[in-house]
Amino acid sequence: MENKRIYLDHNATTPLHPEVEKELQDCFKIFGNPSSMHTFGRQAREKIEKVRHETASLVNAEADEIIFMGSGSEANNTVLNLLHCRGNLCRGIAFSRSSLITTSIEHPCIMNASRCLTQHSIKTIFLKVDEYGKVDLEELESVISDKTGIVSVMLANNEIGTIQDIKTITRIAHEHGALMHTDAVQAVGKIPVDVRDLDIDFLTFSAHKFYGPKGIGVLYVKKGTPYCPFIHGGHQETGRRAGTENTLGIIGLGKAVEMAKQEMDDIEKRVFFLKEKFKAGILERIPDVRLNGHPSDSLPQTLNVSFFGAEGESILLYLDMEGIAVSTGSACASGSLDPSHVLLATGLGAELAHGSIRFSFGRGNTEADVDYVLDKLPRVIERIRGMSTVYKGGRK
Amino acid sequence: MSSSNWLYTDIVKEHFINPRNVLENEETYKEDGKGIVGNIKCGDQMMIVIKVKDDIIVDCKWKTYGCASAIASTSMLSEVVKGMTLEQAYHISPKDITERLGGLPEHKIHCSVLGDKALRAAINNYYKRTGQEHRIGKEEVRIICQCMNVTDKDIDEAVKNGARTFDELQFRTKISTVCGQCRGDAEEYLHQSIHLYGDG
Repeated sequence: MENKRIYLDHNATTPLHPEVEKELQDCFKIFGNPSSMHTFGRQAREKIEKVRHETASLVNAEADEIIFMGSGSEANNTVLNLLHCRGNLCRGIAFSRSSLITTSIEHPCIMNASRCLTQHSIKTIFLKVDEYGKVDLEELESVISDKTGIVSVMLANNEIGTIQDIKTITRIAHEHGALMHTDAVQAVGKIPVDVRDLDIDFLTFSAHKFYGPKGIGVLYVKKGTPYCPFIHGGHQETGRRAGTENTLGIIGLGKAVEMAKQEMDDIEKRVFFLKEKFKAGILERIPDVRLNGHPSDSLPQTLNVSFFGAEGESILLYLDMEGIAVSTGSACASGSLDPSHVLLATGLGAELAHGSIRFSFGRGNTEADVDYVLDKLPRVIERIRGMSTVYKGGRK
Repeated sequence: MSSSNWLYTDIVKEHFINPRNVLENEETYKEDGKGIVGNIKCGDQMMIVIKVKDDIIVDCKWKTYGCASAIASTSMLSEVVKGMTLEQAYHISPKDITERLGGLPEHKIHCSVLGDKALRAAINNYYKRTGQEHRIGKEEVRIICQCMNVTDKDIDEAVKNGARTFDELQFRTKISTVCGQCRGDAEEYLHQSIHLYGDG
């Protein structure tokens, strides 16, 4: 039997697009420091600025509103840092407004950076979500005040795919004079995102989530928005992010952006089709499952399923042996005692959160992949349930 | 796939793929003793059943809601205890099993601590069923903090009463407030204890 490999973990990261790979190989010899004035430097600089324009147009921004960084996490930390920064440029936020509003389902970098802010006397409010992972807008209206400096709500959730109504949330934030940030790492390059339409002040995204290289994050900062660098040093990125530019990473991002513009619509339709087919297959072949996330306002490629009575890490590893790569919200796979904070926030019981698996499709997946997984998965679940103290063949 | 890049050792992997002694016919299996420990909220639960003849464990079967290391360590345990006297089996520790598995990743050790506890519960259950209550073992007490004389059972009590962080544990037990040397052990045991009793 051939050694089959099916990658269904595109929300974790994506393989390089072949065109990105080619572009990187073509550019390996570009080594000049983009800040140098000589030919070597100018060659690198030219590439970077071209990518800046390309990247800006992907989200309908201006080139000078785009800052390249080391990761999405860095971009998110940079924004939250503004709340306690005492720099010259963003002092306004810190001195008059000392609270952050975010949600209980953010990526760990927002969750942990928020917790860190409390040490700087910044109060953070974590908004609740409903059973589908949607932010409670009424709660937002009731807790937001003239003390709120920044509202940070992720555009699409990495685990369950739920998409928030960022436009409305931004309007509410602005009505109270707060700045609005969205972590759009799971959205940009996968679904259309328009910073003008959202009227957003800060937006984070990352190349490796849409077939670009790792180590490149992007922060969009609307022109005129108070801002201070998080990484201090040289004058790179017009003083907004120090550190010699990751030229190759930025070049890779540029190509990934170019390809996303060409292929995004097609991929979006295709992965959605695969997901729907897969979902129907699971519901038909496996009893006692629960679909997590919003039924319609959801990323096209993300399907999160809980299997009653079966523990997630076991499912993940048995699937891995069949060549199928997925991820789980089980604590056992994370090294902590708690299962996914996202699933718990949607009100899912701990047992179902431990038994959750995320399947995330991408441009390389085919219908044959779906058929293969639908053939293997029921047996894996049945096998684990057969060993389970919890599963008695009926819904618990 | 090559085994070298696996998170677990080959032995763990082998027991995970081919778990021994899974209890398949729970309704008809006539066990002499049965023990269930763990809680689903922490992500694993363990049930062990034993058959006993002349004070020797002649059969041991199990079920678990758990991860690969829980499955593999219980599989191993069920092999090891067959043929042991009740007394011998009673004193098996997670370390004995982990060693036979060729080790477990540091953060997975707490997933393997349920097997021996379920086994002791099953043995105690057997003693109870056979009118040998006097043999029911008192769980040995281990002093974790020498300075303040805090034992593992004290930590369990604190956890049952709501302690979840080291600060909370310290507040309740004064553990590690003198020389501080036991802090590592205390945190490790707290972790384990929350795993076992953390749902209340």
